[in-house]
Amino acid sequence: MQNRAGATAASHDSLASRTVQITLAALLGVFVLGGVGFSHISAVHNATHDVRHANAFPCH
Amino acid sequence: MSLFRTILFVAALAGIGAGLVGSAIHLFTTVPLILAAETFEGAGEAPALATTDAHEHAPGTAAHSHDEEEWGPADGLERNGLTIVFTVLTGFGFALLLVAASEVMGGLKGWHQGLLWGLAGFAAFTLAPGLGLPPELPAMPAADLAARQAWWIATVAATAGGLALIAFGRSPLLAALGVALIVAPHVIGAPQPESHESPIPEALHHSFVVASVGASFVFWVLLGGLAGWLRPRFAAPSA
Repeated sequence: MQNRAGATAASHDSLASRTVQITLAALLGVFVLGGVGFSHISAVHNATHDVRHANAFPCH
Repeated sequence: MSLFRTILFVAALAGIGAGLVGSAIHLFTTVPLILAAETFEGAGEAPALATTDAHEHAPGTAAHSHDEEEWGPADGLERNGLTIVFTVLTGFGFALLLVAASEVMGGLKGWHQGLLWGLAGFAAFTLAPGLGLPPELPAMPAADLAARQAWWIATVAATAGGLALIAFGRSPLLAALGVALIVAPHVIGAPQPESHESPIPEALHHSFVVASVGASFVFWVLLGGLAGWLRPRFAAPSA
């Protein structure tokens, strides 16, 4: 692994590389939230039912 | 450590922390109200949604017993265990978005900055969609599910974008655009049911809204604070 210059944006990472990595992380987040909060699959809905209501994801 | 792995680890740990605390709060506040509301299901004119009838309760059955072909968790340990697991997963998902967005601006510098991002997350993911679509109990009437989901997602995106323009835009014009973006979904309006008549007592629903928004506030403050505290520790030069 490369050394990082500090807590700020790593000077080693190119802008394109950073963009790709940030985008991938955000897409993973959307995927996880989509599964928990928005899936129309019945079994998934039943498993996540209370979490959806409690967190005010649109449900039913 | 690559940026992707930094985001992943920070989001996972922040999600676990905020998710465990959040689910504990939910199990003692919102979940009992959800169970209470389910006793009203089938009592009134339960809303039968045209598209997704994944959640029907036959009248007179115990709370949350589903049709035989539909799997659902058993009440008690199984059901509450899933609530803990999925609250942690929700925390992970929200933390991924929060940390990824903050990396665009150079990365969180500490817990205090993280806390402010957490407040923004609370505004974008709870307050804004909650204005049009308040936290809702089982058996309450609601508009078409897909339409509500679309409005919810659009409102979150517009609010997050608007807040970013206000926070990071360097001109009054951008700030004004941000304000307009935040207001726009509410001018358009959330999909509403044909009738708001509900078998759920008003007091029960009010308690639920307060509990849900309150739990969400603690969850987001903790999520942002933890992410901000962890981020410099993972991104610091390491072997």
